[in-house]
Amino acid sequence: MSAVLYETPGPRAKLRNRISNVVVLLVLLGAIAWLIHRMYAFGQFEGRLWRQFQYSSIQRQMLEGLLNTLKAAGLAAVLAMLFGAVFAAARISDHKWVRTPATLIVELFRAVPLLILMFYFYFGNIQFGLGLSPFWAVVFGLTLYNGSVLAEIFRAGIAAVPKGQREAAYALGLRKNQVVRMVLLPQAISAMLPAIVSQLVVLLKDTALGFIITYGELLYVAKQMGGRLTYGFPYIPTYIVTAVIYIGLCSLLSLLARYLEGRSRRRRKITGAPPPLPLANDPSEGAPV
Amino acid sequence: MFSVLTDNWPLFRDGFWLTIRLFLVSGVLSLIIGTVLGAFRVSPVPALRGFGTGYVNILRNTPLTLVFAFLFFGAAKMDLALPNPFWTAVGALTIYTSAFVCEVVRSGVNTIAPGQSEAARAVGMSFFQVLTIVVLPQAFRAIIPPLMSVLIALLKNTTIAAGFSVVEAGSIPAAMSERGENQLVTLLWITIGFLILIVPLIFLQRWAERRTAVA
Repeated sequence: MSAVLYETPGPRAKLRNRISNVVVLLVLLGAIAWLIHRMYAFGQFEGRLWRQFQYSSIQRQMLEGLLNTLKAAGLAAVLAMLFGAVFAAARISDHKWVRTPATLIVELFRAVPLLILMFYFYFGNIQFGLGLSPFWAVVFGLTLYNGSVLAEIFRAGIAAVPKGQREAAYALGLRKNQVVRMVLLPQAISAMLPAIVSQLVVLLKDTALGFIITYGELLYVAKQMGGRLTYGFPYIPTYIVTAVIYIGLCSLLSLLARYLEGRSRRRRKITGAPPPLPLANDPSEGAPV
Repeated sequence: MFSVLTDNWPLFRDGFWLTIRLFLVSGVLSLIIGTVLGAFRVSPVPALRGFGTGYVNILRNTPLTLVFAFLFFGAAKMDLALPNPFWTAVGALTIYTSAFVCEVVRSGVNTIAPGQSEAARAVGMSFFQVLTIVVLPQAFRAIIPPLMSVLIALLKNTTIAAGFSVVEAGSIPAAMSERGENQLVTLLWITIGFLILIVPLIFLQRWAERRTAVA
């Protein structure tokens, strides 16, 4: 309950809230029951539709899809970090001829839809016969978009270190490179970590776009499994299983982000380090997706 | 370069027009549903709060493509499919985006110090007076900039509908590929089209941020 909107309830309000609570619970239960009944009525619980999951060859297929998802996400994460580091360094450069193009590129890749970025590699490959598999189209697309977002996170993280730190370091006679490397980065990284991890959640979710450009990741495998006539087109069972896998993976990463955020908040109280940056997957503060 | 655009102008025009319609319709619907969900999340009724939290946590950790796939292929199996591909795409975008709108609204309301509304209640304002005179005007300041990011993300996300046979801007490359047109030039024009749509939104956001910044 938000203390902003509602007063601490008195006896009458407490009773009213309790009654509404019961009513809402009943409505929710009713909705769930209706959905389950609907699934039952349309035969979605028939054993035939769920049998696929028992076969080890199909389990292996799903596992392979999951591995493809993780492979694309892992490689894209590493490349995006590199891209982000390079462009963040360029954006905080003192030279205008380095700073301006880097800013333009970062802003451009953030503004273009990710799918269109992937299409550049996918259709470019078809047209020029570059020999890039859809895997690389997914990885490069994810790298360019998330790399640009990460560059922005890195830049903001370094900018969030209190000005006195930099001034003190310069006063001691450290070079620009030393100031960034020895003073700013170590403090900035702990503030950036939660935002970085939650951007990785976005990256992991976006691997599902590979489905559209025929990369054999988890969702692609799910579409194939759902389209099998022998098992009565079990779209709903496969999508339920797929959703559980995606939600599980992303929730684990999100939890890690929250944990890191809590930790750097606590540390901030003790040492006066810069505050954690807003989480990327949290649209309340940063840019989502 | 220009002939790619002029020779296929109807394709580009219709594609981007559908993108804009998808964006506007699902934008309005997500704002409404997201605000209602946000109200759930700050309500004094635990069941409503639980529902809002569950909805947001599930949808935020699900790929939008999966939501699309579920509505396009799964829902028909339970006879719950929406009437046509356009509305199915609107449904998927709305379900997904309203989770993000909900979070923006909730944290916007939570930025206000409780003392503000305590003071308002102490001078005898009713709930709706507190809401409309004290809370919302201040919450807007925290809501508008992130809300613009959510809408920009929504506009970019409409391209995903291309993977589900909705002929919006994202589906132009596939059609042009069949016509044997130059793909890179096609993509360049699509990129320019999206920039024309998105850059004003970005500037609007920056302007709103400056406007609402605490003096």
